[in-house]
Amino acid sequence: MWSLSQIAGSIHEWLSTTFNPTIALILEMVIAGVAIIGLFAVLGLVLVIMERKVAAWIQIRLGPNRVGPKGLLQSAADTVKLLVKEGMTPDGADKFLFNLAPFVAMIVAMLLMAPIAFAKDFQLWDLNIGVLYVSSVSSIMVISILMAGWSSNNKYSLMGAMRSGAQIVSYELSAGLAILSIVVLTGSLQISEIVQSQANGWWLFKGHIPAIIAFVIFMIAVTAETNRAPFDLAEAESELTAGFHTEYSGMKFALFFLSEYVNVFIVCAIGATLFLGGWMPFHIGNWEAFNHIMDYIPSSIWFFGKTFFLIFLIMWFRWTFPRLRIDQLLNLEWKYLLPISMVNLLLMTALAILGWHF
Amino acid sequence: MGSASLIVLIIAAVAFSGIAILISRFVLKASTNKQKGEPIECGIPTVGKTWIQLNVGYYLFALIFLIFDVELVFLYPWAVVAKTTGWLAFAEILIFFFILFMGFLYAHKKGALKWI
Repeated sequence: MWSLSQIAGSIHEWLSTTFNPTIALILEMVIAGVAIIGLFAVLGLVLVIMERKVAAWIQIRLGPNRVGPKGLLQSAADTVKLLVKEGMTPDGADKFLFNLAPFVAMIVAMLLMAPIAFAKDFQLWDLNIGVLYVSSVSSIMVISILMAGWSSNNKYSLMGAMRSGAQIVSYELSAGLAILSIVVLTGSLQISEIVQSQANGWWLFKGHIPAIIAFVIFMIAVTAETNRAPFDLAEAESELTAGFHTEYSGMKFALFFLSEYVNVFIVCAIGATLFLGGWMPFHIGNWEAFNHIMDYIPSSIWFFGKTFFLIFLIMWFRWTFPRLRIDQLLNLEWKYLLPISMVNLLLMTALAILGWHF
Repeated sequence: MGSASLIVLIIAAVAFSGIAILISRFVLKASTNKQKGEPIECGIPTVGKTWIQLNVGYYLFALIFLIFDVELVFLYPWAVVAKTTGWLAFAEILIFFFILFMGFLYAHKKGALKWI
């Protein structure tokens, strides 16, 4: 059975036997870069078409069905359309910041890919503070949004950016506390160790009720952090045109759009890693036969399956809940989610010390 | 691949976005006219300056966030050793959260969490 880590291993071996070490390292870097760009492009296309198809399915309509078989090439056609549109810079805008913002958004989205374990032993950088790295780098995202909103010379953009700033920094807290409650159980911040600790069952099931509460809080918080409905105040179409990227057009808009969707993918990947075992197949305690059957499914399929399940969940939220008002949004975080997640962290600590988890 | 992956990722991001923007610049046929650069405000001419005063609430929440975010950073090393340290860690976090919660209640009572 071919696995991603085997392919990476054989490429590494071939490169290091054929070329001298320096060239081999450079070639490896180039391959990694090209692969990650490819993953980015594919993720963007897949997530956009998935969003539209899920929306159509929930609203009992057909969705895009003209370009390609069953409309599957619709997002590729949209990309070509955006490519030939003019990327304007409005008069009176801060040109430097205006053009820098999409780059910052893309760099942040790309950097977040580093510690994610896509399959068994298949990870760009397995650093020992993986979870801390993710939560710290993802908070740079808000800077690019504020940059875009402020430099656009448009009141709608500025308001959208301010809302988005308040919202992202608020919900970061409860997302962080939900992550911490899993870190308490594993005693490690390293992604590979967190995945390995779920070899006999996922934390969602092993951690009893506190883990389930933490999972629910995490999902709500990341939905808000990625500016998705019902928390999409930053780009509330009916009041702010398009929020912080009102003035962006052409490829610069496409980059914002892409980084937004990739962020959704990344937070779902982190959620899947922490609560649903990442690439770890579904194992139950020491049922050897059952675990062996589950091991036959490749680890990358497990990872992407779980991640896309969580993405589907977030898309489902969008068509279920109406948009909140800014004061309701901040009330929800500061008066409900934050105290609940603090108490939940205490509960989880007591549970971990008593050893009540499996 | 180690920390070199960060350099690779940054270069990949800049190259990807840069090439995409460059390609679109070569492909498109741009036209110029006087009203093109105006901000989009639903067809109505802009009134006043763009960089207006915004609600003070945004800044208040940012300030409270700052306190809690520093607290969160302190919690990361605690969370790693909490299980091995045992009840001592639990007692410590209880005291920490008590003090923090008092501050939170103070902010709440002062009306900092109210949207004006």
